[in-house]
Amino acid sequence: MMVTGTVTVRLKPGVLDPQGQAIRRALEQMGFESVHNVRTGRTFEIQLDAPDPASAHGRLTEMSQKLLANPVVETFSVEVKS
Amino acid sequence: MRVGVVTFPGSNCDYDAYAAFRHVLDYPVEFLWHGDADLHNVDCVILPGGFAFGDYLRAGAIARFSPVMRSVIAFAETGGLVWGICNGFQVLLEAGLLPGAMRRNASMRFACQWVRIKVESTQTPFLLGCRKGQILRMPIAHAEGNYFADEDVLDELEDSGRVVLRYVRADGTPDPRANPNGSRRNIAGIINAQGNVLGMMPHPERAVERILGSDDGLAMFHSLVGAGVVASGVPTQTVKPVERRAQV
Repeated sequence: MMVTGTVTVRLKPGVLDPQGQAIRRALEQMGFESVHNVRTGRTFEIQLDAPDPASAHGRLTEMSQKLLANPVVETFSVEVKS
Repeated sequence: MRVGVVTFPGSNCDYDAYAAFRHVLDYPVEFLWHGDADLHNVDCVILPGGFAFGDYLRAGAIARFSPVMRSVIAFAETGGLVWGICNGFQVLLEAGLLPGAMRRNASMRFACQWVRIKVESTQTPFLLGCRKGQILRMPIAHAEGNYFADEDVLDELEDSGRVVLRYVRADGTPDPRANPNGSRRNIAGIINAQGNVLGMMPHPERAVERILGSDDGLAMFHSLVGAGVVASGVPTQTVKPVERRAQV
């Protein structure tokens, strides 16, 4: 079956996010003064063949560990829709 | 000693490294291809600067899985000399041959400027011909050179003398004003525990002739070719610091 998974990669807490800081400053200048902090990340939408959602989840986790995320500075989460 | 420079799709300092050996030092050097796992029996592999695979995903993240890197990882683990410059350093981090990771420069800008780096340790064939405390002037050109590692990793690197190059001011102080990218503890270059793998962000291959603005990088190339290293990466003799070349 064809499964669609979403992998979200985020910076670990404590790792400087210059991009997030620049976005926060821009938001502030635009009048969104209520914004305290912005942390950026990225999502991957991946379609793959898998016998069931659980094994798709396993494959996506493996992909994240090996390539999509760098464990030194990033964390990831995997979500599977069938 | 045989030297090979790897070309990835998107490498743009491979010819500079090649020219430093071939044309400045008159020393034999050859190119290695990213898609070819054969290292042609070289004793030293150079991973050059550039934007391998467009820096897609993360700098070095895709290059790290190319066929040549499988061989480079095995080569490094058995003591082979590996020198990652700029993008090459990013590849070494992604490959796990050196600890840590690169973040976007703190300024969010591509940093293209001259920097001064201090030689903190000469316990690697790449710096054997330098003096401890020597300050080298060379360029940087990168957007992701903001070196990051956990505090305990940084402490371990410092305690074992593996932070070999640090951004400093002209007087040798490593203060924030001398730090061009936000790197933890002004780190510009580190080695692995055995000293046979070096990663550095500045470009010594762009500072090998006075006409380029500096020939301070030559000291590193002379260290390497003069070190008399055997394939295991163990130095067999020490070399004297190199005299500056006469003005071109």
